[in-house]
Amino acid sequence: MVKYFLGHSVLRSSWDQVFAAFWQRYPNPYSKHVLTEDIVHREVTPDQKLLSRRLLTKTNRMPRWAERLFPANVAHSVYILEDSIVDPQNQTMTTFTWNINHARLMVVEERCVYCVNSDNSGWTEICREAWVSSSLFGVSRAVQEFGLARFKSNVTKTMKGFEYILAKLQGEAPSKTLVETAKEAKEKAKETALAATEKAKDLANKAATKQQQQQQQFV
Amino acid sequence: MNSVGEACTDMKREYDQCFNRWFAEKFLKGDGSGDPCTDLFKRYQQCVQKAIKEKEIPIEGLDFMGHGKEKPENSS
Repeated sequence: MVKYFLGHSVLRSSWDQVFAAFWQRYPNPYSKHVLTEDIVHREVTPDQKLLSRRLLTKTNRMPRWAERLFPANVAHSVYILEDSIVDPQNQTMTTFTWNINHARLMVVEERCVYCVNSDNSGWTEICREAWVSSSLFGVSRAVQEFGLARFKSNVTKTMKGFEYILAKLQGEAPSKTLVETAKEAKEKAKETALAATEKAKDLANKAATKQQQQQQQFV
Repeated sequence: MNSVGEACTDMKREYDQCFNRWFAEKFLKGDGSGDPCTDLFKRYQQCVQKAIKEKEIPIEGLDFMGHGKEKPENSS
């Protein structure tokens, strides 16, 4: 689940002034949270475009509840990369900016297109899009899915329990529990075995007596 | 503005001055050739790339402009 932002701004300066200012905007009174700025890659393409990558470090300001939830993130500044393409022939500039750490907590990506204002060629407009995402959203979805699965399994047990107790209450003879049935079966088996043993013993005795009687006849 | 490598701040400022002049006076006017700042840039880059490695800042292997493809407006 990504949060999307779309914005539009106008600067009342010409495109070349804005593009030049882009490289000189730090520091300014509104950038106290920007700690360092470095160009880490720059090249001019064969078709006369300027590609640059700027590395910024910014403070990681979070509300107190977030500091308590994510203590490991508090101590570290945020590293941000800003890639840009300046196209002086078409008088446009495109930038893409995103954070390269704290990414497991949250990723913010911003894409800007700077161009000449359609109403006033002496002005510059900025079309800005941003996407805010967090992998924590995936964690909460997993917790929800697990909770629902476990709940459904418990509903099945609830209904089986109900059916069991209803049958018990409504039956003429109380139906036994599995344990009771097992116990009784065991007792019955014991009795049968005992009876069988007794019978066998009895038969054996009877056979022995008969043999004695027969032997006595031939003396 | 400071560099992420403390030792590189002066080199960064020197390079920035050179770049800003060339950018406004040459590049934006259609003359993108002959970059006079290459030596300053080299010195500055040697310093800052070393600092980036030391601080273990993860800038390696990241595609230019993100993924280079259009992002959907609402992705779930």
